[in-house]
Amino acid sequence: MTLRVTLVVPEGEIWSGNAERMVAKTLDGEIGILTGHTPVLGVLAHGSVVRILPEGEGASGWISAAVGGGFLSVSDDRVSVLARQAVLGEHVDRAATRADLEAAIGAASAGGQGQDNDEVGYLRALLRAAGEEA
Amino acid sequence: MGAQLRTVRRRIATVKSTAKITKAQELIASSRIIKAQQRAHAAGPYAREISAAVEAVVSRSGSIHHPLTTEAANPTRAAVLILTSDRGFCGGFNASVLREAAGLNALLADRGVQAVPFVAGRKGIVWHRFRDRVMGGEWSGFSDTPAHRNATEITTALLEAFGKPASDGGVDEIYLVYTEFVSMLTQRPAVHRLLPLEITESTEAGPIPVYEFEPSPEKVLDELLPWYVESRIFHALLDSAAAEIAARRRAMKSATDNANELLEALTREANKARQAEITQEISEIVGGANALAESISGS
Repeated sequence: MTLRVTLVVPEGEIWSGNAERMVAKTLDGEIGILTGHTPVLGVLAHGSVVRILPEGEGASGWISAAVGGGFLSVSDDRVSVLARQAVLGEHVDRAATRADLEAAIGAASAGGQGQDNDEVGYLRALLRAAGEEA
Repeated sequence: MGAQLRTVRRRIATVKSTAKITKAQELIASSRIIKAQQRAHAAGPYAREISAAVEAVVSRSGSIHHPLTTEAANPTRAAVLILTSDRGFCGGFNASVLREAAGLNALLADRGVQAVPFVAGRKGIVWHRFRDRVMGGEWSGFSDTPAHRNATEITTALLEAFGKPASDGGVDEIYLVYTEFVSMLTQRPAVHRLLPLEITESTEAGPIPVYEFEPSPEKVLDELLPWYVESRIFHALLDSAAAEIAARRRAMKSATDNANELLEALTREANKARQAEITQEISEIVGGANALAESISGS
């Protein structure tokens, strides 16, 4: 038994396949999903990272994707992650993202709203998905 | 060359160059339509999943009380989102959407509801401006290749209007008028009510699993409903884009066909004029020769 995972954004599907397990972060906290999980419908934390371990991969085979707002539904070993925006870690342009992040932090602190708006969170998630510290 | 022949030849040249332009437009539209259909198709899974999720929450919590699903007791103002194209050359595409919107306005007026147009697409904006209709919002520049952020922009504006009381410039209902892409040959204007949401449970998907909600059904619904509206609008934008391109292809094809038909008729006319000229010249020569022969024999 495996999980059938699809990662969807409004423009289309960005990843789908069979997976052994996956980890996501909802508003309540981290949630790990294996086969036989009870049906869940959860809102994903904004600017979080979803990690998927595809079937037949070792511990080094985790796939990461940054999601900016979305939700997750689990039923019958089918997992759908719906994100309004999402990028796979391997597709992240690290240098450009870091520059964007600095610009966004600058703009956010200039606007006096602190450093934690949605855009900053999403950019940080992009870097984390690409395997960097952020 | 005779005057008539010259004007006919000039018309032939004009029609030929028009046919070249419409043919090019037709070919461009044919190549774009496939892409537009693919984009609409790719957006399908997201739209389906989000509808399924909304259904799941609603069926679970039974009666839901959410601002986006609550009917106003006495609606007085309604937003009408009209999707038109940025460019012309697409036959009756814009005219039929605007006619559908006018029909909806009349229906709303019967109920005593004032319609506030929100318009996407340059053609619709110009149409409303020309008639001095005040618009609640206008967007343009993306009618044939809409991106998701365009849907986000429109949704934000509409939800903001919906959140305000009608006396304060807000609206009680939101309608969507756009063109459905049925097939390459058929595009149909359609009217949907976006808000308040009418959530109908589909029976085809079988029993809905008993979900656990994180954090809570209310919170999930709070997050989900605006996305649901956004996804409906995005879907409509994509559908309308595909319909626009299909309409343009068809309009340009019939324009090219017409031009070719006209060309045939004009060529025939030109031949006739040329023949008439030759006949006239011959009869002039023969007449002249006869007159000369008569004058010689008579002298």
